Amino acid sequence: MTTIEAHAPSAAHTGAPLARVADWVTTTDHKKIGRLYLATSAVAMLGALVVAALVALERIDAKTVTLPIESLTQLFSTYRFGLTFVVALPLLVGAGIAVVPLQLGARSLAFPRLAATGYWAWLVGSGLAIVAICANGGPNGGNKRFVDLFTLGAVVAIVGLVASIVALAASVLTARAPGMNMRRVPFFSWSILVMSLGLLVALPILVGDLLVLFAAHKYPSVSELSGNRAISSWASFGFTQPTTILFVIPVFGFLADAVATATHQRLKPRGAILAAIGLMLTAVFGAAVQAPVVIRTHFRGLSGGQKVSDLLPYALVHVLPLLGAFLALALVAAGLRAKPTVTAPLVFGLFAALLAVLGTAGGALNHIGDAGLVGTTFEEGAWLALMYAVVLATMGAVAHWGPKWWGRLLPLKATLPLALLGFLGAVLASVPMMIAGFADQPGAIFPAVEKGVDGVVKFNYSGPHALWNTLSFIGHALVLLTALAFLALAVRSFAKGERAGDDPWNGQTLEWATTSPAPQDNFADLHIVASAEPLLDLKTNRSDA
Amino acid sequence: MLALPSAPAPAPRRQVIVGTALVGGAAMAIVGGLLALSLRMRKAALDQANGRWVPKGIKVPMVPANTMLLALVPICIFAQWAVYSAKRNDKPHTGLALGLTGLIGIAFINAQAFIWNQMHLGIVKGGTYAVMFYSITGVMAALAVAGVVFSAVTAFRYLGGRTTDREVVSAHALYWYAYAVVFAMVWFVVYVTK
Repeated sequence: MTTIEAHAPSAAHTGAPLARVADWVTTTDHKKIGRLYLATSAVAMLGALVVAALVALERIDAKTVTLPIESLTQLFSTYRFGLTFVVALPLLVGAGIAVVPLQLGARSLAFPRLAATGYWAWLVGSGLAIVAICANGGPNGGNKRFVDLFTLGAVVAIVGLVASIVALAASVLTARAPGMNMRRVPFFSWSILVMSLGLLVALPILVGDLLVLFAAHKYPSVSELSGNRAISSWASFGFTQPTTILFVIPVFGFLADAVATATHQRLKPRGAILAAIGLMLTAVFGAAVQAPVVIRTHFRGLSGGQKVSDLLPYALVHVLPLLGAFLALALVAAGLRAKPTVTAPLVFGLFAALLAVLGTAGGALNHIGDAGLVGTTFEEGAWLALMYAVVLATMGAVAHWGPKWWGRLLPLKATLPLALLGFLGAVLASVPMMIAGFADQPGAIFPAVEKGVDGVVKFNYSGPHALWNTLSFIGHALVLLTALAFLALAVRSFAKGERAGDDPWNGQTLEWATTSPAPQDNFADLHIVASAEPLLDLKTNRSDA
Repeated sequence: MLALPSAPAPAPRRQVIVGTALVGGAAMAIVGGLLALSLRMRKAALDQANGRWVPKGIKVPMVPANTMLLALVPICIFAQWAVYSAKRNDKPHTGLALGLTGLIGIAFINAQAFIWNQMHLGIVKGGTYAVMFYSITGVMAALAVAGVVFSAVTAFRYLGGRTTDREVVSAHALYWYAYAVVFAMVWFVVYVTK
């Protein structure tokens, strides 16, 4: 049996507006489900970036609290939860759902209804969680009922994402075109599979912990799991490194596809690049242990056995993903020696990969006890680098594959500077937080709330703390500006952009073998694949003839 | 548009089985994570002076717990019997095997409810132990309900005439195998070692 379905032409193309809405709500077309994810999380991204800028603004003055003190906790929770599970991960899942079946030469996503159900569950769950945070719920919130609502909302949202991720992984494993073995799977689809397998372990563990915390909070007892503070301490592994390193794995897959397309050459060594991307999967062990894997302080004074017991897990959870990220970037960047055509997707992908390596390295450094960075803003800086890597890569993915979704190109001249602006903003937002971490600026904003309105002491260290936090604020503002401008360009392109040909980038993989935009069933015929670059084979054969 | 050589419809790649395996893996991750957390909490509780894990006066009923573990043996056998019969186009036996699988699944859930009822473990009074116990057994019960629904859907599809859907029957068996493995872990950690 197979769940790949052939669809009748959509009635919505000729129907009334209501029929169009119904068509989108009940759609099983993977391109529409993917675009629903992308559009919703893009809107959420604007909100999350405003909140990120507000949090950064609040930190500029280290002594006083400008915003209402009771709302600080909510802002911080919205910032962390929102950027992780309402923006970054859904952006990637949306891009994956919209692109992967096209790359695989499949007519549909595996389990399209499961993916669609996952989207709606994520939307409802995220909405409930954000509403709960706004109503003084969420981690460290003061309203008990809304803290419970946040936990349940987060569970529903993450379960929804897991459902969509199951459909993605099953597609890569079972819906490939004839002849496309796993070595011939396009880089982006491969990286989506690696990420999916990692998240299918990490996210259910987080769901389990959230369920425990919900029970402990709803029925308070003498337990270390009870109370609103327990949520941020026991579930924090899901919102930080190394779990979030899993999110950036597709960044390298996208960059590899963008470089191969821009250089019009087969990217080699293919096996090594696939292996490097796969190596990043070891970050999943960090989520599996549900606690930070650190090298203890005073490491030199430890016995040999203690050193080994610290170093082995650390190497598995932090060093191997960093090695994978570095190797993937180095191997793919080596392909740039073939003089690429400079395109917006390539530049977005390159900057995103640099940020991803920075964030992964930051995650590794943060867990060395003697570095003294635990509990500081250094962790937040590394996390921001990873989240903004995902944001930039998704912008690149929209610029790259947009023609297959709506048949039009984004203007290159206007999009290219946005990649630079976004990268500058991401670096400014994250790196000063890392530097401030070395100066012991506390990572959480909660100490301010604990002190109360009178005599608030947020943090105190010698050094230009106002400079680091001002730079971070400017960085968030620049990323917000980039996101706004990119969305405006995308909407304009959707309405009246330059029409794209079927193969506007002179691509190598199967998505460029169908029309722009791709029809509902993607391909009129199923194609036989004889290499990892089937279109390049065809073009080479033609020129030879 | 570029024209690559076209292919006939691809051979089925066991999509439902792969999907079930992925869901089974996710279920193992959620329960495995809960068990790991439970063991950590248990160790912390026992490390305290006069520390105890199971609250005073609470007795874990072992007979229904053992019965639940044993019930998974016939569940797996019947699920495999359904696969065997479906491969031979034996509709009556496939239906019977699926029906028995679902029926024992319902009895399994009933046994879990019996344990909850017999333990008289208040979640507030029971502290961390109660929170972990109800979280783990609650997730297992929810997964058992999903298994019974899977059995019912498979039976309706098969008996409704989709007799070539053997892959769904195989995926159904795979789900119960995975469930049996996960429950064996839960049985050992929650009911035996306590």
